[in-house]
Amino acid sequence: MPIVELLRVALEALRVNLMRSILTMLGIIIGVAAVIAMVTVGAGAQAEIDRQISSLGSNLFMVMSGARSRGGVRTASGTEMRLTEADARALKAEIPEIVAAAPTMRGAAQVVVGNTNWSTTIQGIDNEYLVARGWQIDEGRDLEPQEIRSGSKVALLGSRVATELFGAGNAIGQTVRIKNVPFVVVGTLVEKGQSSMGFDQDDIAMIPLEAARGRVLGRAGPRSDTVSVIFVSVAEGWMMDDVERQIAEVLRQRYRVRPGADDPFGIRNMSEIVETRAEARQVFNMLLTAVASVSLVVGGIGIMNIMLVSVTERTREIGLRMAVGAKGRDILLQFLVEAVTLCLIGGVLGILIALVITFGIARIAEWPVLLQWPVVVLALGFSGAIGIFFGFYPARKAAAKDPIEALRTE
Amino acid sequence: MLVCEDLHKDYIVGNETVRALDGVSVRVERGEFLSVMGPSGSGKSTFMNMVGCLDTPTRGRIVVDGETVSELSRDALAEVRNRKIGFVFQQFHLLGRTSALDNVELPLLYAGVPRPERVVRAEQALERVGLRDRMGHVPAQLSGGQQQRVAIARALVNRPVVLLADEPTGALDSATGVEIMELFQELNEGGITVLVVTHEPEVAGYARRVLRFRDGRVIADERQPARMTA
Repeated sequence: MPIVELLRVALEALRVNLMRSILTMLGIIIGVAAVIAMVTVGAGAQAEIDRQISSLGSNLFMVMSGARSRGGVRTASGTEMRLTEADARALKAEIPEIVAAAPTMRGAAQVVVGNTNWSTTIQGIDNEYLVARGWQIDEGRDLEPQEIRSGSKVALLGSRVATELFGAGNAIGQTVRIKNVPFVVVGTLVEKGQSSMGFDQDDIAMIPLEAARGRVLGRAGPRSDTVSVIFVSVAEGWMMDDVERQIAEVLRQRYRVRPGADDPFGIRNMSEIVETRAEARQVFNMLLTAVASVSLVVGGIGIMNIMLVSVTERTREIGLRMAVGAKGRDILLQFLVEAVTLCLIGGVLGILIALVITFGIARIAEWPVLLQWPVVVLALGFSGAIGIFFGFYPARKAAAKDPIEALRTE
Repeated sequence: MLVCEDLHKDYIVGNETVRALDGVSVRVERGEFLSVMGPSGSGKSTFMNMVGCLDTPTRGRIVVDGETVSELSRDALAEVRNRKIGFVFQQFHLLGRTSALDNVELPLLYAGVPRPERVVRAEQALERVGLRDRMGHVPAQLSGGQQQRVAIARALVNRPVVLLADEPTGALDSATGVEIMELFQELNEGGITVLVVTHEPEVAGYARRVLRFRDGRVIADERQPARMTA
């Protein structure tokens, strides 16, 4: 029988039991909608994570003092060390892959302008920092090397701080007081958005390291050039593991760490942290997709159930069709086409619902909508496959009927 | 045209073997009008199913229109039914919610006849049974007699060599039954071979030849020169 006729018969059969058909489709509709929504929302979240990684500054290492602690306290006495600005310079000098090595200090302080004030993070930086972290100047200028050296009272403001203190007004040239020390704002920074940890990266004020060490944050350690963290950014295209090893080697030499002893410093790959979180998210996403797939399978079982009922109800029709010349294959195809049609209609409705859900979530969460057409096609194909898989047994049962018995059925 | 040689059909029910057919040999020539009679359980329905290629014998040979069908596969039998046999049932067995025309087209669909030709042939068959103006009606909109006429048109549409009717008047009132038998006579006079299974003597009376079954055997094979006419 030509496929057009099979389709006509199938649609007619579905129309006769309209309510039943719709209820049967529901499992497929929900399953397909859930799978597509999950994958699409997941892709949006992934894009958001990628954006966060790039805002962090790509290929970034954080080098910190202190033993890396893995599941327990590890502070062997005598191994304590403090990183210095000299370490940062040494790293950059000795490892050619390093683009920038920025020693920093960090602390919290109140920033006051007239009668408004704002509590923010104060970052002591040198000229490497903006490069290392991928910050860009919005208005004004970067700190001059001369200002860094002399510890001038100049500051760069993150967009959040600038907005909180100056509103829409121009911050450049204004004086802010940090711990009662007046600083002149020389530049503002381009907005970076939330970090992967959920911190507002724009809530920051940057001042020369030397100035931070003075009355703002105080000295970080025994030596005058001690810093808390060195940010190291590596040129694109180099193996991060390799560079990490080199950094460790240089520092071990500088601090004369005996072979076999633990590193008295920690190196963390920042994009790795984000990626770990992304992986966790992906696992979660896969879990949800698996749950959605289960709903598809349950929907398929519903299809099988209804097709079995349909075959039983239409035994006489099957008998008659066989009597007038339908072969087993004709009957098999008829019921298979019916099951697949049921699933495909369900699949299309599921896709429509998924579109509504996806755009809804994307609008609320302000994620980019990444509708993935391959997934849509795949979901449609999958629902068709479910129709074939779960429709096959009932269809075969129909095709195997004995025409005499079937005709005799009341 | 239709040859049955020593047909046997055994059914195994529990431990017992039931002999539904026990050595039946019949020859039917083209253009005959044959009625098959007998009490229930006499084997007449089994015989009918064999001749209609719905069933195969345990032993023996059936030849329909020169083709030995007793050893064919299921699918091959379906093809023979489609090309050579026209069935008429007591319960009509029309597809509900499907127009008379579509019902009649059904055998042509399985024969792979293209749509335009299907429609023409189905219309011709419906005209032949006097339902020219009821083609678009669904079974629920037709009387019992009209439904049986649709079923007869469906049986005729593939130009079968033999029309098999199983109690064709069983579900109809007697006046309508007479009309249906009249239609069979008319078709027979047009050259179609007709086999009617019935337990009603009046119905059998329209045939030229009566085959009587009992306990799986043919006990009488009578020619009726003075048959009834409607």
